[in-house]
Parts: sequence; structure tokens; C-alpha cells
Amino acid sequence: MVARAVLPEICTAFLALLVLTVDLAWLTTWSESARKTLLCVVCTLALGIAWILLDRNWEPVAIPTLGWMASPGVTCLKGLIAALTLGSLWLSRESSFTKHVGEYFALTLLAAVGAMILCSTQHLILAFTGLELLSLSLYVLTAFHKDRALSAEAGLKYFLFGGVSAATMLYGFSLLHGATGELLLPKVAMKLAAGPVEPIAVMGVLFASAGFAFKISAAPFHLWTPDAYQGATPGSAAFIASVSKLASFALLAQVTWVGWNPAGVAGNASLGSAKPGWIAFFAFAATASIVIGNLAALAQSGFRRFIAYSGVAHAGYMLVGLIANTQDAAYSVLYYAVTYAIGSLGLIAMSAILENRRGSDAISGFAGWMRESRFLAVCLMVFLLSQAGIPPLAGFFAKFYVFSAALKSHGAPHGVFWLVAASLVASCVALYYYLRIVRAAFEARDLAEAGQAPGMPALWITRAWIGACALLLVWWGCFPDKLLSLLRGS
Amino acid sequence: MTPTWTLVICLLGAILQQFMPRTEPKFARATALLTAFLSLAAAFSGVVNGMDPGVFTTLTRAPWVPGLGIEFHLAADGITHCMLVLTGIAAVAGVLFSWNVEHRVRDFFSLYFLLLTGCFGVFLSADLFLLFVFYELAIVPKYLLIAHWGSKNREHGAMKLALYSFVGSALVFAGILACAWASGVGSFSLQELGKHAFPPDFQRWVFPLLFVGFAVLAGMFPFHTWAPTGHSAAPTAASMLLAGVVMKLGAYGALRAGVALMPQGAAMWQMPLGMLAAIGIVHGAWVALTQRDIKYIIGYSSVSHMGFALLGLLSLSSAGLSGAVLQMFSHGIIGGLLFAIAGRMIYDRTHTRELAELEGLNLQKLMPFAAVSFVLAGFASMGMPGFSGFAAEAHVLAGAWKSFPSLAILSGVGIVLGAAFTLRVVHRTFYAAGAGEVEPSPASTKEKQAHGEALVISIPERLGAMGLIAVALAVGLWPRLLLDWIVPALESPLFENLRKSGGLQ
Repeated sequence: MVARAVLPEICTAFLALLVLTVDLAWLTTWSESARKTLLCVVCTLALGIAWILLDRNWEPVAIPTLGWMASPGVTCLKGLIAALTLGSLWLSRESSFTKHVGEYFALTLLAAVGAMILCSTQHLILAFTGLELLSLSLYVLTAFHKDRALSAEAGLKYFLFGGVSAATMLYGFSLLHGATGELLLPKVAMKLAAGPVEPIAVMGVLFASAGFAFKISAAPFHLWTPDAYQGATPGSAAFIASVSKLASFALLAQVTWVGWNPAGVAGNASLGSAKPGWIAFFAFAATASIVIGNLAALAQSGFRRFIAYSGVAHAGYMLVGLIANTQDAAYSVLYYAVTYAIGSLGLIAMSAILENRRGSDAISGFAGWMRESRFLAVCLMVFLLSQAGIPPLAGFFAKFYVFSAALKSHGAPHGVFWLVAASLVASCVALYYYLRIVRAAFEARDLAEAGQAPGMPALWITRAWIGACALLLVWWGCFPDKLLSLLRGS
Repeated sequence: MTPTWTLVICLLGAILQQFMPRTEPKFARATALLTAFLSLAAAFSGVVNGMDPGVFTTLTRAPWVPGLGIEFHLAADGITHCMLVLTGIAAVAGVLFSWNVEHRVRDFFSLYFLLLTGCFGVFLSADLFLLFVFYELAIVPKYLLIAHWGSKNREHGAMKLALYSFVGSALVFAGILACAWASGVGSFSLQELGKHAFPPDFQRWVFPLLFVGFAVLAGMFPFHTWAPTGHSAAPTAASMLLAGVVMKLGAYGALRAGVALMPQGAAMWQMPLGMLAAIGIVHGAWVALTQRDIKYIIGYSSVSHMGFALLGLLSLSSAGLSGAVLQMFSHGIIGGLLFAIAGRMIYDRTHTRELAELEGLNLQKLMPFAAVSFVLAGFASMGMPGFSGFAAEAHVLAGAWKSFPSLAILSGVGIVLGAAFTLRVVHRTFYAAGAGEVEPSPASTKEKQAHGEALVISIPERLGAMGLIAVALAVGLWPRLLLDWIVPALESPLFENLRKSGGLQ
């Protein structure tokens, strides 16, 4: 039973070592693309077989001493993480950037292990370890394209911001530990609820929240995001945008719902009766993210930076759900994070194709896509409109779940009401920039005028991933209950 | 066949278009026309099957998101049938008037039928959430239709329309969530919500969210400015659908979700919102009187005419409400016809919409058919007895007189102004004697000589125009054709709340 609870992590970690060995032992003389292809196939087969063999009909398992929670729902989330990781690995074949293929794959898989740990843990130290495993791998992955100055710059920026925020978070955790004497989230919550909350515990929560805000790239801790997205190779950028964000939100939802629930550290974001605590902090961060993310996205001309800034805005919407602080709200945030992750993977894949096709990721390069590849243009529209929240796509229900959970929360209804109102206004601004790209892609442009031959230089496997992502967004948009019950594990 | 088929037909039609041969647009057109006729037949099926107009008859019902009490629930009563028939007629007419679309015909009709799916869906929805989903579904197709196939300022007009609709639907979204959650009903079903008596304080703040949110799309002053820009930028078929059907989505939503569910809220806001509606009537007509662009004139006239529909809704009286629905139908037909003549017959042939330039062209001689149909459409639009507009506006004014006499008088002024701008545009477009007043630009003269043949009004256009005029006449001469469907619907349990609070007298 215990082994079953950590099986996904063990499989993935073992696969990372296997990939490293295989590459070093036999593949060093092969060409880069052949190595990538073979390793992709190995990873897909291994994870696919593991998924099929995995028995998912079991009662939730808990290892109380480690604060480890595993249930079919959590396992599904880990399966999604594995799938998104595979997607970003296959996407790395779109460009050539390294001789160290085995290391690249091993690091990505290790980052995925870190992400999976975050979904299960309720232990502060384990959570921090998982976050560091994820982050440290990602710093290296961001800077992996050694011939490109942008990549190195992005890696350094990500690392410096990340290092400081990790220190802040650890400091917060240690303050929390000092105040309560506990490391397990349920026990932390019990101690916090038992007596009057010491100011030091509130400080601890706030410091840790700042660290989280960095991981989920919420404003004003978002400054690394556009550079990392732009500088990283498509595969790494897709991983940061999808897996890393999904796992960070999974952990954050866990921490706030299980550990920080007591009113003493939660605080209040109502306009009249605001009180310090993580709710007030994240209410501020959500507002800042929604405003800054949307306004900055409005002004971008590069597609990757555009995705990054709109991602900041989406982090803001997800925080609105988090602030509601109910069980339903936690699931709605997960729902949002999953649909966002899928859409982001698709969008980054689009950016890779765009760069290969036009030589830069300028948004204006989308002009005429409908003529060049109907399939890709339609998928692009699905991703963009899902992010914009147009039914019947999954992104619409994500927003719907989050906002209705926020409105239904009984604790501080007026505290989040103004946030929901602000989000609704902001999503109108967002529609503007999403529609602009949709229109550009829809517009026919003469190929001769653009000086290009017909046909999109996209690998069929990239197309397949894009198609699968788009199909999932449509499917879960038409049947939103399916994903929710998957996440609830019922 | 039941009206549910409208959705299936339009959706399949949209998909089918993508499989038409690219080089032979005639197949795409023929398929489009067939799809439109089938959807019209499906829209009529409820009437033909003799469904009871006074009962909200369920057509399709299946759980959709059980966790949240959302159902895929389609139902129809008399008002629904009127709107469905209107949409079907507009669909057929729209295809007939876009016979000359040459550029990416398949994509054009795909989006056209997607937009129609959204419209039919809104009218058929018996679940507020489903209604909202269909309402949003219409945003993207209409945006792309205008942004890609439109004329002058199309990008601006398309984006403005999309953003206005989206802002409106954000308000509606907040209102719907409030209805379902804050009230504790826990369901989005119109029937369930109709039984619930919302507390007055709740209605005070939720009613304006719902009503104004929907009314943005119905062109309510001061949120009407999308209408002239959007309409004038749109390609003919899209502007016909915009004026003919999409604006009605707004009024229909305001009726179903606003007035019917929250009559007390409506009573509280009756005066201020009624004033906005009346201002819209007069303002729209006044501005139309001074415009130089023929499509802008019709765009502003739509604002003015839809103001009557909103005024009728807000009067909360039986006559006012039935007049409002009648006006929605009537304006759908007449507005569509006006845009068809202006966009397809006049603009596509002369390549100008400026009154000053049209004056010099002596169009009445060149296009007698267009001239006659424009005169008839103008008569219908200004509310001549015998046309549908008269019956509708008379009902609305009778209803408004009971609730707010001063606004009824103000709206009467709007009718006079309406007659003035209609006569002006008809006169200056076709019958201006002073041909020498403004020199026609050389380009348009050359155009005229080069395309002398093209000035002949084609068969599809003739059929479309005659059909629309016939419908406007039929409803005008015998309004009971529609009223027999509308009035019983107002007696149904859906309007229970409204009757209890003293409305519908």
C-alpha cells in the first residue's frame, strides 16, 4: 500500500536515471535529433506502460509521518503532469540546441518528480525539497541553450529571483515551525487554531506566501517570467508554463486549505475589515497580477512574452479562487490550473512552429496561418479562445468554477466579490488581445507576398500533441464534469 | 421534426461547408441555402405541429453539469416560436443576399451558421446557464464575419461589437451566478427560478445587472454606440443577422431573465431604465437624421426601433410586452431588409454609401426594383399602418401610456423623427432631383459604365426582398398571426412572478 502511494515518483525518477545511462552508454555518437527521438520514444513507452499497469481503484493512502497523501485523484493529477512532461519533451525536437540530450531529458524528468511530490505532500520540509528539485532543474533547463545569450540571461534571472524567493519561503516555513513546533500541515493548522495566533506565525505565513507568489509568477513577483519564457527552448518554456505552474498551484491549494485555514493567519480581504494574513496578501497579489498581466500582455509584440504576461493574469484569476478558501474552491483552482497548463503547452508549441516558420516569434507572424495550415490555425484559435474564457471550451468552465466558488464562499463574501468583479472587467480587456491574434491568424495573406512556400514546417508529432491538447480543451469544455470528477478521484 | 433540429441543422451545415470544393463556390452557396431552408422548416415545425403557445414545452432535456444543477434543457413557448421563425427567415434571406460573396465562401457560411446556432440556441434555452453559453458562442463568429468580410472600418467595428457584447455578458454572468447561488435556488432552470420569489433587496441589485447586461446587445442608450459602427462595417448578411436577430438576443434575454424573473426589481428600475429607452428612441432617430452614410442611418434607426422593444418590456404591461415581442419580430424583418438593400443592392453596386454621392447617380432609373423595395421598407420602418412596424409600435405605446405617459409622448416624438429620417434617406438615395448638386466622383461613374450589367438586381436578391416585404405586410395586416402566439405565452407560469407583482394588466 505504501509503495503504491509513491509509485509515480519512483517510476519517473528511475526513468530519469535510465535515460541518462542509455544516452551516455550508447547514443553519444548519434545525431542530436535521433537521440531525442529515441529518448522520447523510451520515455513515452515507459510512462505509458507504467500508467496502464498502475491500478487506480484504491482507497486513498496516507503516510502520516511524512504527511504524504495519495488518492486516485492525486494520481490522475500526476498522470497529467507526466503527460505534459512528455509533451514538452517531444516539443524539444522542434529545435536543435544541445549536445547533452541525456542530461536534458534527465533534468526534465527530475523536475517532473519534484512536481509530482508537490501534489502529494502535506509536510513543509518535503514540500520545500520538492519545490527545490523542480526549481533547480528548471534553472538549468532554462539556460540549456548555451549558444544563445538570451537563454543564459533568462537562466540567470530565473535563478537569482528563484534563489531569493526560495530563501524567503524557507524562512517563512521556519518561522511557522518556530511558532507552532510542527511541520505537518494538519498539525500546524490545529496548533494555529488552538490558541491566539502569534504575530510571528503570521509573519511566517506571509514570507512563505511571497515565495509561492514567485513560483506561480504572480505580480509583483513575476519579473522573471517573460524572460524565462522567451529565453528558454520551447520544450523548457512549455514545461515551466504548464507543469511547474500546475504543481505549484496544487501545493499552494493544499497548503492554504489544509494548513493555513485558521482565521488567525488567513486574514481578510474585505474592503472594510481587512486583516493581515495570506488571504489579504494574495488578494493584493491577485489584483496586481490581473492588472499588470493584462495591461502588459496588451502591449507585447513577441508571442512568448505575450504568453508569459497573460499567464501572470491567469495566475491572478486562480488566486481569486484560492482566496475563497473552501474545498470546492480548491478543486476549482486545480481545474483552472489543468486547463491553463494544457492551453499553455499548446500555445508554446505554436510559438515554436511560428519561430521555425517566420524566424521570430513576433505576433504579426501569425498573419495568414489559416491559408498555410487550417489545422494549426483552428487549434491556435481553440487555445486562445479557451484562455479568453469563451464557451464551450474548458477555459470558460475554469473561470466559471473559480468565480462561482469565490461567490459562494461563506467566510468573507464581500472580500472576494470585488475581486470577482475586477476579474470580470479584466477578462474583457483580455478578450481584446486574444481576438486580435485570432483575427490575424484568420486573415488570409498572400504566400508569395510573405516570400514563403506553402506548407508548415511542423513535425507530425508536434501537430499530434497540439491536436490532442485542443481536443481535450473542447472535450472538457463540453463535459466539464469529467475533469472535475477525475480530480476529485470519484 | 422539432425546433431542436434548428441547432443540429445549423451546426452540421457549418461543418459541411468545410467539405465543399474550394474552387466551385456555387456548391457552397447551394448547400448554404438548403441548410437555411431546412433550419427555417425546423423553426416552423413547432407552429406546424400545433404546440401550445401558452405552455413552455420541453423539447430536449438532459443533465449537463449535474454537480451544479446545469441542464441541457431546450423548451419553447409562443414567444420562442416567434423568435425562431424570425431567425429562420433571416437565415434564408441572409444567404440569398450573400450570393455575391466570392472570397472564402466556405469559411463565410461556416461562421454564418455557427452564429445562427448561437442565436437559435439562445431562443431555445430553458436553462439560464445554457442560454448564456449560446449567447457567448455567438461572439466569435460575428467578430470574424465582420473583421474579415466587412467594409470600411471593419476591424474597429468588429472589435467594438465583440467587446460591448462581452462586457454585457460579463454583467449577465454576474447576474446569473447571483440568481443561482445567492438566492439559494441552486438551479439555473428558468422554470425553477420562475417559481422562486426573490427578495426585493436582491432584485434591486440583480435586475439591473441582468437587464442592462442583455440590453447592451439590444442597443440600449448609452451603450448603443456599437450598433452603427458594427452594422455599417459588417458584410450584408452579417448586418442583416446583427440587426435582424442578434439585437433580439439582447431583448429576449432581458425579457426572459430580467423582467420575467425579477418583476419587483423591474418595477424599481422602471422609470430610470424606461427613460433610457425613450432617450434611445429619440436620440437614435435624431442622430439618424443628420448622418451622411446610408448604413449609419439604418444603424441608428435600429437603435431607435429597438428602443421601442425595451420600452415595451419596461412598461410591464400586457400590451407593452406583447408589443415588444412584436417589435422584435417586425424590426428583425424590416431592419434586415433595409440593410440588405443598402449593403447588397446599393453599396455593392455603387461602392459608396455617402448620400451626397448617391444623389448624383439617379439610382431610381438604374435600379427601379431597389427603389421600390426601399420605399416599401421605409414605409414599414416608419410605422405606416399596414406594415408590421405599426402594429408593434402601437402596442408598445398603448402599454407605455399606462405605465409612463410622459415617456410615451416622448417616444411619439421619436416616431415623427423616424418618419423624417426615413423619408430623407429614401428621397436622397433614389429620388434626388438635383443630380447636379454634387458631382459624382469619376471613379463611381466609371464603375457605373463598366458594370452596367451588374446594376440589374439578381434573382436571389429579388426573392429575398419580396419575401421579407411579404412577411412585414402579412404581420402588419393581420397582427394576430403573431399575437395569438405571444399573448398566451404571457399567461404561462414563467410570468407568474410578474403577474403576482401586479404587472401584465
